[in-house]
Amino acid sequence: MTDSTVLEVDDLSVTYRSGSGEVPAVRGVSFGIAAGEKLGLAGESGCGKSTMALAMLRLLPKSARMTGRILFDGDDVLDMTWGRLRAVRWAGASIVFQGAMHSLNAVQRIGTQIAEPMYLHEKVTESEAQRRVGELLEQVGLPTRRADAFPHELSGGQRQRVMIAMALACNPSLIIADEPTTALDVMIQAQILTLIESLVSEHGIALLMISHDLSVLADTCDRLAIMYAGRIVEEGPSQRVFTSPNHPYSAALSTAFPTIGDPASRRNPGGLAGDPPDPADLPTGCAFHPRCPSRLEHCSSVVPELWPAGDDTRAACVLTLSDQGRSLASTTKETV
Amino acid sequence: MTAPETISTSSPRRLTWARRRRSAAQFWQQYRRNRGGMFGLVVLLLFVATALLAPWIVGQDALSVTRPPGAPLQGPSQAFLLGTDRSGRSVLDLIIWGSRVSLTVGFWATFISITFGALLGIAAGHFHGWISTVIMRVTDWFLVMPSLVLGVALAAVLGRSLTTIIIAIGVTAWPTTARLVRAQTLAVEARPYIERAHALGGGHWHVMSRHVLPNVMPIVLAQTTLMVGTAILTESTFAFLGLGDPTTASWGGTIQAARDVGAVSARMWWYILPPGIAIVLVVLAFTLCGRAIEGVLNPKLRERRS
Repeated sequence: MTDSTVLEVDDLSVTYRSGSGEVPAVRGVSFGIAAGEKLGLAGESGCGKSTMALAMLRLLPKSARMTGRILFDGDDVLDMTWGRLRAVRWAGASIVFQGAMHSLNAVQRIGTQIAEPMYLHEKVTESEAQRRVGELLEQVGLPTRRADAFPHELSGGQRQRVMIAMALACNPSLIIADEPTTALDVMIQAQILTLIESLVSEHGIALLMISHDLSVLADTCDRLAIMYAGRIVEEGPSQRVFTSPNHPYSAALSTAFPTIGDPASRRNPGGLAGDPPDPADLPTGCAFHPRCPSRLEHCSSVVPELWPAGDDTRAACVLTLSDQGRSLASTTKETV
Repeated sequence: MTAPETISTSSPRRLTWARRRRSAAQFWQQYRRNRGGMFGLVVLLLFVATALLAPWIVGQDALSVTRPPGAPLQGPSQAFLLGTDRSGRSVLDLIIWGSRVSLTVGFWATFISITFGALLGIAAGHFHGWISTVIMRVTDWFLVMPSLVLGVALAAVLGRSLTTIIIAIGVTAWPTTARLVRAQTLAVEARPYIERAHALGGGHWHVMSRHVLPNVMPIVLAQTTLMVGTAILTESTFAFLGLGDPTTASWGGTIQAARDVGAVSARMWWYILPPGIAIVLVVLAFTLCGRAIEGVLNPKLRERRS
């Protein structure tokens, strides 16, 4: 990775210990984000997206065991002392949570809540904090006087704007947006996305955006990573992944949205039968093979890796390999 | 890009005080709008004033048993507005004097039990693992401890006094509060803004004081108003069992005395009703104040009322 790499995740695995044994939620994920870069992480519910987001700041419950490395500005988040970790939280990397409705404390004014990280991380006077809260509110398109409002006095979109203002409060170098537009209507969704995009590029902040909505990510982000059953199955430039996906799962995801104005997609919507696999009981070989429309014989035994698929794209599917590679894979990479 | 800014020429300490004064003024303004709360406050202040001024309103001689001012068990008259008790003392004077004991016990026992209960409850709800387990097992142990037995034991060790009663009530009353507060803390801690507070880099103290405490405050206040009543009544039980200071009058003690002489069957309403009404009024006043404070602290509730 280059010098400007803000976040580098290397072979990260997260396993939850539950009553019935160990449940792997994330299985060996690697990626990197440079300053000012926008990476989108897409996948179905339960594929490990939100676990990834929380793992970045070690916010997972104690029952989760993490292995691998999460390098934030060169420091491994998993090895950090408690004090250093608290300093990194928000001042280094902040999170825009899904559901702004509940991520705001109902009994505090929003100005107080936006100023909260400032008081925690910097020595600010009250007037200084007030001034910055005013600036932040203006940046996210809310009038300064709304600082005195309580969360229930704002609309859903306004609350999400408050969450974005809060994420910017301590000038972080990375923002993790976990489904920032869920539960918002389409118009507001577009506004919020534009807002995030412009603020991030304005401040040169790295963005990790997580969503199940591939079209949203393809619009906003430079690069896309598709997750399935705790693994990245395809990674590459947004438009490339969205319009000409290599992995059958990415293909299914991108055709799952009907194209407006195209009657063919309405009459014959894409999509995928079946449910994502139970993380506690994953299929052998490629985890996607039971649902895969173009599965091959040896898909149930070969564990695919992220192989180069041309145009700066990598995909974890034997289809991306040449015929020679396929036979190679089938002989060397037997079931783990 | 200029936000409205407070003039920051003075020292930080003065700024802090100015901010506190401002929020106190705001609090009072909100509180004043609640008519019930104002009524409760006035009643409470009247009782407190009575208790403080009791030595001047009622002469010490008026409570003498050996040289009572009137004949025993007389109905209301010009001299004794609320009649006399079994020793011939004025019931009104007894109630005025008794407010001292009852209010003292009510305040302190409640203060002790609520403080302990709230602090331990929040800690037990916030921390997981062995800290929570230890706190809750200690709580359970105190929960099953009968306050009367503890009172008897304490009286034997510390001697019979008001302090003994306050300690006995305070020590046995906090576990219920702790359990309630812990349950509420668990509910609050499951909300996403607690996760956000952790993500903000907030430590345990930050999360507990800034996010959990304000959200469990309504339940603490409700518990406080209930506890005052319980404490006043428990004091009367202790007084009845002879664990209190026998030389002082209290509301509970007066009711017990009235019960002893069969005031109910003898229709001596002036003996048994006034101390009961006094207890009810104080508890009601506390409840009204508690509700008003809750309304100020919880912006959602405030909106609904106005």
